[in-house]
Amino acid sequence: MTTTAPKTDPQPAAPAGATPPALMSTSRRWPIGFVIAVVVVFSFYQWILPEASSQVQTFFQDWLPLISINEAVIWVIFALGLNVVVGYAGLLDLGYVAFWAIGGYTAGWLMSPFFNQWSINILGNPAPGQEAGIHLNFWLVLPIAGCICALAGVIIGAPTLRLKSDYLALVTLGFGEIIPQVFLNGDDIFGFNLSNGSKGITPIDAIGLGPFRLIPGVPDKLGPFDLTYKFAIYVFLAAICVFVSLRIREGRLGRAWLAIREDELAASMMGVPLMKTKLAAYAVGAFAGGLGGVAYASHTGAVSIDTFRFSASIILLSMVVLGGMGNVWGVMIGALVLSWINSTGMAQIGSTVNEAIGTNIDFPSYNFLIFGVLLVLMMLFRREGLIPETRTKQVLAEPERGEIESLGAEMEGTSEHEEGGAR
Amino acid sequence: MTQTAATPEVPVATGRSPVERRELAERILLYAIVAGLLVWLVSQLIAHPQEWFTTLLNGTNNGALYALIALGYTMVYGIIELINFSHGDLFMLATVTSGIMMVTWFGATSPSVKAYAAMFLTLIVVMLAAAGVNMTAERVAYRRLRRAPKLAPLITAVGLSFTYQWAGIRLNGSGPRNWDRILGDTGFSIGGVEIRWSTVVVIGVTVPLLLLMTYIVQRTRQGKAMRATAQDQDAARLMGINVDRTIAFTFGLGGGLAGAAGLLWLESIGNTRYDAGFQLGLVAFTAAVLGGIGNLTGAVLGGFLIGLIQAFNESFGLGQKWDQTVVFTILIFLMVFKPEGLLGKRTTEKV
Repeated sequence: MTTTAPKTDPQPAAPAGATPPALMSTSRRWPIGFVIAVVVVFSFYQWILPEASSQVQTFFQDWLPLISINEAVIWVIFALGLNVVVGYAGLLDLGYVAFWAIGGYTAGWLMSPFFNQWSINILGNPAPGQEAGIHLNFWLVLPIAGCICALAGVIIGAPTLRLKSDYLALVTLGFGEIIPQVFLNGDDIFGFNLSNGSKGITPIDAIGLGPFRLIPGVPDKLGPFDLTYKFAIYVFLAAICVFVSLRIREGRLGRAWLAIREDELAASMMGVPLMKTKLAAYAVGAFAGGLGGVAYASHTGAVSIDTFRFSASIILLSMVVLGGMGNVWGVMIGALVLSWINSTGMAQIGSTVNEAIGTNIDFPSYNFLIFGVLLVLMMLFRREGLIPETRTKQVLAEPERGEIESLGAEMEGTSEHEEGGAR
Repeated sequence: MTQTAATPEVPVATGRSPVERRELAERILLYAIVAGLLVWLVSQLIAHPQEWFTTLLNGTNNGALYALIALGYTMVYGIIELINFSHGDLFMLATVTSGIMMVTWFGATSPSVKAYAAMFLTLIVVMLAAAGVNMTAERVAYRRLRRAPKLAPLITAVGLSFTYQWAGIRLNGSGPRNWDRILGDTGFSIGGVEIRWSTVVVIGVTVPLLLLMTYIVQRTRQGKAMRATAQDQDAARLMGINVDRTIAFTFGLGGGLAGAAGLLWLESIGNTRYDAGFQLGLVAFTAAVLGGIGNLTGAVLGGFLIGLIQAFNESFGLGQKWDQTVVFTILIFLMVFKPEGLLGKRTTEKV
């Protein structure tokens, strides 16, 4: 984890125009803050909270349970993956949940007693009595799932990336619908049970800790209640995603993505291979989706088809948009906040408000409204997100398509009868 | 995938033969697929004639509804090149609203003169309401973004779709809900083939609506303005056309058709759910793409085709659980091989 802090130094080289010293400090502030936050959260839940008074414990159990923090960290992994596709390369992907599903089912296949006709165990941690089936180590499954997802991303992308952006959104949406449906109906593919249908795959093996188990106090493998260690593992995965996101953005590939995002035609004229670059964005984004899928499967201990809904894709998109498309830290904050709202926040705020006023409003039922209105409002009033990427801010500050056009766009919205008068 | 393939639809002046060869191969493939389908259809017809005709009728019924929804997509796309993701959810809201009006307010659940009057009234109200909602959405959410990057209105549309779904949950509950229908499953039979009255009603409402639509677009002043705006917004503005109003009118027209489709869906299927609009909207969008997006006749043709494909898949093909997969596979193949659709013209991308 700590590796993220020093290695993000070259970041200030990218945005031009601002003074380097100020940027240097901001670019360091985030990784350092990230590491501090992680250490604080881990030590708080590991050592301080169990010693605290029961009142404090209840408060944190209600408002900030570690299980929802873990879930939020996994959402960060997904959001960072989607950010590569949407934020960096500017390709709208509305079916990202497909990669989540593929990653999740890969974990289901390789880390559970599901395929009990085979018996393979490579450093796996099968639950007692569940030794049949394929049991691979968590750390082996991660890259496998990532690669399968990346391959799926390329397969999805290769035929469709030639399309115009809005068609692309639809095709990805189609894949986001097809792939869960394949898994839903996959309990009988020519008589072969691929996915156990709507029942899902359970139980997923525990995460083994390998050499770390030699440290006193650390368990051999992580059961459902070793949340602090799981937290550390998920944060480690998220940190890898952050690190890769930041570094790849500075490199040749990342700059090519940004060029494509801002002007595809100009980028191709400058010699950016469009297909290859877009496919790379898909593959990298999908890889993160695979990592997140495996992490989520180990988090819930099961793979269930109910997770993979269209709304998950949209919530992810909201996270990316809210935080600021293209800004890794913004996306991270967006993911943490929205995930918390989704899992505990709304219900808690709701019950508190209901108790205080004596009403009986079902707050979580307003989730759809909140996410929907949030997307609309963000697009209307703050398209660059809450924590905008420096570069986006610069692009938005200077109207690229000509002052008059942007002026005209605003006039159209305000003047009803003077049609065309402004132009 | 080489780089030349990446630049879409650039007419190649030199080196004709590979392009021609590819087109020829595609055409042969297309004919082969169509021929295969026909053979399959005829074989099914010979094997189970009664079921075949029932399927045909069901497909036509759904196809008419898809056509109505697809028109809303295709008109909006034709005029401002926006995929209005929320259109399907507008349709869902229309189904729920007409359910509330017909069943809860008017209590129209069995055939009677009063029930038909209620249905007519509901049709008008739902069409107006859906048109109003769609026009409001255009005014509030899309107009400001007309010149923004493509991503922005698309995300806005997705946000609106979520908002509508929330309204659907509030009005209809979070699960599927069966509303009572006036006609139920009653019908008459010709030669052993059961024809439901509701199918007759659907066709009886859809066809006049489609004719009215054609009349509005082809013959009226407003229709002319729509076509002009679709061709070139700036030129239309210079010719004194109120572009904003024309676009709003287009949204209203599409919304009205979606409203009508909502009532007809409720009266012929009777089952709705908050996310029904999302899935049906996608099906309808596929229909619009199949016909050639922006092309009104194409949308109607595509709607009926998709309705039939779905119906035949359900009866004789892979079965209902693969419904969406079949439709989306068609969508994806279309996007890849024939993005201009059956009736659309091949266009070069605007720079």
